[in-house]
Amino acid sequence: MVGFVIVSHSRMLAESVADFTRLMAERVTVIPAGGLEDGSFGTSYQLISDAIEEANSGDGVLVLMDMGSAVMTTEMVLESMENHKVKMVDCPLVEGAVAGTIAAAGGQSLEMIYRNLTKSGYVNKF
Amino acid sequence: MNKEKIILVIDQMAVAMEKQKEFLTELDNVIGDGDHGINMARGFSETIKKRDSLAKMDAGDMIKNLGMILVSTVGGASGPLYGTAFMKAGMFLKGKEEVTFPDFLEAFACAIEGVMARGKAAEGEKTMLDAMLPAKRAMEQEWMLSGDGKKSMEAGLTAARKGIEYTKTIIATKGRAAYLGERSIGHQDPGATSFVFLLEAIASQM
Repeated sequence: MVGFVIVSHSRMLAESVADFTRLMAERVTVIPAGGLEDGSFGTSYQLISDAIEEANSGDGVLVLMDMGSAVMTTEMVLESMENHKVKMVDCPLVEGAVAGTIAAAGGQSLEMIYRNLTKSGYVNKF
Repeated sequence: MNKEKIILVIDQMAVAMEKQKEFLTELDNVIGDGDHGINMARGFSETIKKRDSLAKMDAGDMIKNLGMILVSTVGGASGPLYGTAFMKAGMFLKGKEEVTFPDFLEAFACAIEGVMARGKAAEGEKTMLDAMLPAKRAMEQEWMLSGDGKKSMEAGLTAARKGIEYTKTIIATKGRAAYLGERSIGHQDPGATSFVFLLEAIASQM
């Protein structure tokens, strides 16, 4: 099953998004990587890279980020890994996490979830 | 510049970041998330802890590793941006025990390319690039005219400082400052400012 990593500047935000996905996709692995090691705001190369390891059960990992350094730091972690089964997704963080984990729980492949999530930013809320 | 001098440059960078920590953070408080000074000081203090192992490397690896330390310890946007800059410069300088001024100019060009690619940014967006690119052009021009490294570096510093002033006049379109829109006018960019302090550290050992 595809795993997920939630990267945010805020530890609480990342944990809450991960927690929120359990409501509808309890069986999916979602690892938060929020804030710095000491819990303050920021993005940590080490936490992101550990979270990706932890989330990978063999079917790949999708990484969702909030903004700025969360995106750039994730990019650098992925460049050092060269693992094609780890992808960062450009999508809304909360909606993407919910939609992605439900799809993963339904057994969808990494490529398919990735394609659908990249389009999810264009869906109107009302 | 030999390896011993480069280590001294890194020391100077760490000293400058510690000294300017509050000033940079204050600048970032106004148009950003207020962590630039703290982040840069944390990153560079880590390089000082690893000083002995850095000193054993060739100039290229030393600078590349400095970049890797910044990426893993800075914790804000300046981590991947300066990290990429130093890593690209270090890769260009691979295997060198000594860095000539033309080497430095080419390594600096690689660093700037790295920053542009990482931040998907160009000149005129109120970022560190608004100090970096004018500095690069001024240094290249002075080097062509006089072939004097010290003079070229002075020209680069003058251009970079002008670049900081220029960032006060424009709207931020990158990073979180972009959300402020016109309210970002009148404030100088923290990244352009920290870049000038780093360039001063290089100049101090020439």
